[in-house]
Amino acid sequence: MAAEALVELENVHFSRGPHPVLAGVDMRIPHGAIVSLMGASGGGKTTMLNLMAGTLAPQSGRIRVAGQDLHALDFEDLYRLRRRMGMLFQHSALFTDFSAFENVAFPLRRHFRLNESILRKLVLMKLEAVGLRGAAGLMPAELSGGMARRVALARAVVMDPMLIFYDEPFTGLDPISVGIIATLIRRLNDALGATSILVSHDVQETFSIADYGYILAGGKIIAEGSPEALRASDSELARQFLSGQPDGPVPFHYPARDNYVTALTGSAAAGEVI
Amino acid sequence: MAFLDFVPNLGRQVLLTIPNLGAAARFLLRSLVAVINRHFSIQQLLKQVYGFGVRSLLLMIVAAFFTGMVLGFQGYYALVRFGATSALGTLVALSLLRELGPVLTALLFAGRAGSALTAEISSMKATEQLNAMEMMAVNPFAWVVAPRLWAGIIVVPILCAIFDLVGIFGGYLISVPVLGVDGGTFWAQMQSNVTFSGDILTGLFKALCFGLVVTWIAAWQGYAAQPTAEGVGNATTRSVVTASLAVLGLDFILTAFLFT
Ligand SMILES: Nc1ncnc2c1ncn2[C@@H]1O[C@H](COP(=O)(O)OP(=O)(O)O)[C@@H](O)[C@H]1O
Ligand SMILES: [Mg+2]
Repeated sequence: MAAEALVELENVHFSRGPHPVLAGVDMRIPHGAIVSLMGASGGGKTTMLNLMAGTLAPQSGRIRVAGQDLHALDFEDLYRLRRRMGMLFQHSALFTDFSAFENVAFPLRRHFRLNESILRKLVLMKLEAVGLRGAAGLMPAELSGGMARRVALARAVVMDPMLIFYDEPFTGLDPISVGIIATLIRRLNDALGATSILVSHDVQETFSIADYGYILAGGKIIAEGSPEALRASDSELARQFLSGQPDGPVPFHYPARDNYVTALTGSAAAGEVI
Repeated sequence: MAFLDFVPNLGRQVLLTIPNLGAAARFLLRSLVAVINRHFSIQQLLKQVYGFGVRSLLLMIVAAFFTGMVLGFQGYYALVRFGATSALGTLVALSLLRELGPVLTALLFAGRAGSALTAEISSMKATEQLNAMEMMAVNPFAWVVAPRLWAGIIVVPILCAIFDLVGIFGGYLISVPVLGVDGGTFWAQMQSNVTFSGDILTGLFKALCFGLVVTWIAAWQGYAAQPTAEGVGNATTRSVVTASLAVLGLDFILTAFLFT
């Protein structure tokens, strides 16, 4: 972790109403790396990506991206910064009334006045990079889940971003598509000289491409390090998460008011309507 | 029990609505100003005007035709007792221009185009398309909401004018060929009793206000919807109900101010 940090979080707190989602998170994302962020569902991973992109603001703490304090930026500057970020959404988020081509062309058309032949080259280059130049004319409804994710990936990188967020890019895909997406993430990161933040539950696939990892639990980072270091971590919670054990610091049993035997012999169970 | 719950439930609904009103007002303001944003496009606006028009035109024409015909019948029935059937043209025209044209246009627009608009925006939200836009540094207010809102403001008066014309034609068809009122009198009376600014313009102004309110409510319900399949359905229903009630309520207020 010698390289200078592109993204830095310092003691970030964020809550939804009374319910704290992040309770003091510190992170450092070095230039050029692929950093993975793992944690249970509902643990605040998507929230964290939104905080780094400035679409949400923390209640307290500091977030710096490319040396700029997000909190201090006005609307215009934030939008300018965001043009250098790309995000691959959990559900692809393609525009349903645009073709694959127009989806990828969208950010270019909105931000630049390019002549049509240059625009076409740029879009086709990105579609070729994800292997879907042949699907340029298809509408999102005609794409499989894996293909839609790849078109969304092409769209996320069409502006050659310095920072790319991936929100659960492997979820709901077949093993071949998972492999393709993982390879693309590594390849695009290195080809663009970008920095990537990868949110995922897929420990195997994530560790095969990530340079560094963070594990989020209970609103805090409970472990961090290279994939090898994390596997050897002495945090029990981290070990339970990485090896997928059903019981451990995160209990298998949801707490019950009475014990099992009493419940079986009792007259009514909680939730039972007599 | 259910009856006893009614009053506190109503109270809670009202209390829940008040902070929403502030948010809805801010939403309206942001969308209206978004025309000066660089991501606002006239092309998108025209596309929406065309879409709203195409979606509602046939419905408007059919509804207006029947409304006009019914006005012809009912007006004749009322006027013939006083021997005043020569005023039938005026009655049909004034009822349509001042009241039925704008209100029915707005109600039909809310049911047809408004509900579709809510469904469209709420599903864009549910599928993260609005977030994606925000991430691509394209302001969704400028690109999505503003063109639709302004299109509603432009389209509803146009639809209303068409409604008025078709309705008057329907009224004519019943009054003159069917009921035997004199055609010359029908038109002449109408011409001398309908004023351009007092009746036609105020009617169209009403339509413009309704266009704004219906599109605003439809867009807001879509934008504020729970981002789930169920949320999309709920928002669509709520959009039509709220917009229709708002049109009727606003109609009373506008009528009280404009026609006194
Ligand atoms: N728009 C929202 N409104 C209210 N609560 C939300 C919203 N989005 C997320 N949450 C809550 O914030 C917590 C973290 O969510 P999220 O960041 O999406 O988790 P993850 O991506 O790790 O699954 C969850 O408890 C979720 O219910
Ligand atoms: Mg998530």
